[in-house]
Amino acid sequence: MIKINNAKLVDNSLVDIEIDNGVITKLGKAAGGKAKDGIDASGKMLLPGLVDLHTHLREPGREDAETVLTGSVAAVAGGYTSISAMANTNPVADTAGVVEQIYRLGKSAGLCDVNPIGAVTKGLNGEQLAELGAMADSIAGVRIFSDDGKCVADPLIMRRALEYVKTFNGVIAQHAQEPRLTINAQMNEGSVSARIGLPGWPAIAEEAIIARDILLAEHVQSRLHICHVTTAGGVELIRWAKQRGIQVTAEVTPHHLLLTDELVENYDPIYKVNPPLRTEKDVWALREGLAEGVIDIVATDHAPHPAEDKDCEWQAAAFGMVGLETALSVVIKTMIESKLMGWKELVDRMSIKPAQIAGYKTQGQSIALSSVANLILVDPVATWQVERSKLHSKSRNTPFHGMELPGLISDVIYNGAQSMIASKVVKVASGSNE
Amino acid sequence: MITGHLLSAADLSKDEALNLLSTAKELAAITDGPNKKLPTLRGKTVVNLFFEDSTRTRISFETAAKRLSADVINFSAKGSSVSKGESLKDTAQTLQAMGADAVVIRHGSSGAAKRLADTQWIQAAIINAGDGTHEHPTQALLDAFTIKQHLRNDKSDLTGIRVLIVGDILHSRVARSNVLLLTKLGAQVVLVAPPTLLPVGVGDWPVEISYDLDSQIEKCDVVMMLRIQLERMADSFFPTEREYSRRYGLNSARLAKLSKSAIVMHPGPMNRGLEISADSADDLKSVIIDQVKNGVAVRMAVLYELLGGAQIGDSK
Repeated sequence: MIKINNAKLVDNSLVDIEIDNGVITKLGKAAGGKAKDGIDASGKMLLPGLVDLHTHLREPGREDAETVLTGSVAAVAGGYTSISAMANTNPVADTAGVVEQIYRLGKSAGLCDVNPIGAVTKGLNGEQLAELGAMADSIAGVRIFSDDGKCVADPLIMRRALEYVKTFNGVIAQHAQEPRLTINAQMNEGSVSARIGLPGWPAIAEEAIIARDILLAEHVQSRLHICHVTTAGGVELIRWAKQRGIQVTAEVTPHHLLLTDELVENYDPIYKVNPPLRTEKDVWALREGLAEGVIDIVATDHAPHPAEDKDCEWQAAAFGMVGLETALSVVIKTMIESKLMGWKELVDRMSIKPAQIAGYKTQGQSIALSSVANLILVDPVATWQVERSKLHSKSRNTPFHGMELPGLISDVIYNGAQSMIASKVVKVASGSNE
Repeated sequence: MITGHLLSAADLSKDEALNLLSTAKELAAITDGPNKKLPTLRGKTVVNLFFEDSTRTRISFETAAKRLSADVINFSAKGSSVSKGESLKDTAQTLQAMGADAVVIRHGSSGAAKRLADTQWIQAAIINAGDGTHEHPTQALLDAFTIKQHLRNDKSDLTGIRVLIVGDILHSRVARSNVLLLTKLGAQVVLVAPPTLLPVGVGDWPVEISYDLDSQIEKCDVVMMLRIQLERMADSFFPTEREYSRRYGLNSARLAKLSKSAIVMHPGPMNRGLEISADSADDLKSVIIDQVKNGVAVRMAVLYELLGGAQIGDSK
């Protein structure tokens, strides 16, 4: 049994709780004073465990960058009790066999839920649908399908995919990037790219696909999820679609909430990411969109890369940034410290909504009696300095190295067992494994 | 004196640029004499690190370094460790271990020179000899030198001079460096190109923009024609070679409209008959051969200042 005393909920009430057999068994007003046993959570917020719908775990294929296990450890360090493994592994997660392998690796790591995302098309080739039904029916129970890293560019394939997944209430998560408008693209197209001479990735290349897919989703009455929205225009389009009642959801990454393309000026590939860092104006539109709920969720797009893929010239470098361990802190900094939204909204955007979109039933639950105990304790005021060599991920490519960020996670409870104690990840968890 | 590295024309203040041009002028005078060689950089090693083919820039740097008595090592990517997959970092560390004092780098990736300067891979002075579609600062220096030589006396800057830069601005490192340097020296710069070959964001540059060469040709002092790469046609930046040539090429009709004192420039290599007609290239107004000659003097001045007088290693 785990006891937590004096924890603050998002409505500012103070509670004592008890957890037994994986669920919350007692929940009441804090007795106050120093409790005899259990975790003293004075000054800390108790939140449902975070849920990520966009995580690159690199296994199988690039175990030098990350594995399901190391990615799970990084997830716990970042307060996540559920992550979603993107399909662009090698081999691609486009069959029941591969998604089941990833699912099992997640179970044996046992630190958080690892839900595989299936590829939309075979080998991410954009030409022929992968066996979506087989992946949905597998033990991994895949519901999110994405060719992330690549756009499902062919409008007919996209239409078919959107229609087909209705059978099992699936959702297509689109990486919106018109390929013809982004040939060899390296960074946001605008003032900075003009000056520093890097091929541009125009906002319109993202917005054109968002617009097209919104209309397709409306036409076939299916669910569409837009990955990592980065532009003010994209936010506008999604706002419009929601007003029309189209079933579209969208995510934003922490790095797009904080960083701009001015950082590319020195050609340090740590800032090379796809979609690229945009302008200040876009950053503000994304923050407002997230506060308003036009953008439903925060997703990390955690993209680990080995050192040599960043320790090189810009054009030779890989796209991507690690993000699991800094996500909560960056969202606190950009959204709560700026007073754009409160903790209740943060919990909605980082736990409740992502779990709803994906259909993760034991995740993103309200903190109530009988809820499955996926919980975290966060000191919202304490700050920490990001030090890349101390990341739990196997890779070091964080753009936040050296930054002082708010929000220190002290404890993580996954399926009723502690996977982090006193800010240390507990490597062997006793979660409800198979 | 300039110190550290030369990565961008923006690195130079106006005074530094003008001083460099006068140093170049003095060096040019010496090397015009019977004994072309100076002992200044004896014992220094200059590496020409060329990841892209560029005969003229490499030879120019090599000549410049040799006239200053430096040891020159030419490293070209073809047939080297790079073609076996060696990274820029490992190549740089190898050159560091061999004791390079200066590295002249030409690379297809924008920012490659800046990466060499900013990382701890190598301590040598870095000279950008063209990085992707970013900059080519010594080309801008030799162009400024040539403009001054023909249109201005010794001491003054380029105030009042109107320069047309015509062609593929989007992909041109020559254009970017020239815009920065020539405007800093007081010149008015007009970029003339079809909209497809101007970068989005060019509105922030301190230049005028025109899509119409004929409306500009009469009122300029310098017309600088950029090389057009034929593969741009395949990417639909313009419909055909002939259409490009008709609208943006320097031909005899346009040549005749130039003012009496105007000069014609081209960074080379030329596509005769495409962006510049043969009679324009060979006309008395053409200073293209002077550009090549001045390139050696300007590069001597850069090497002299970076390796000779100044302390190397204290980067900007």
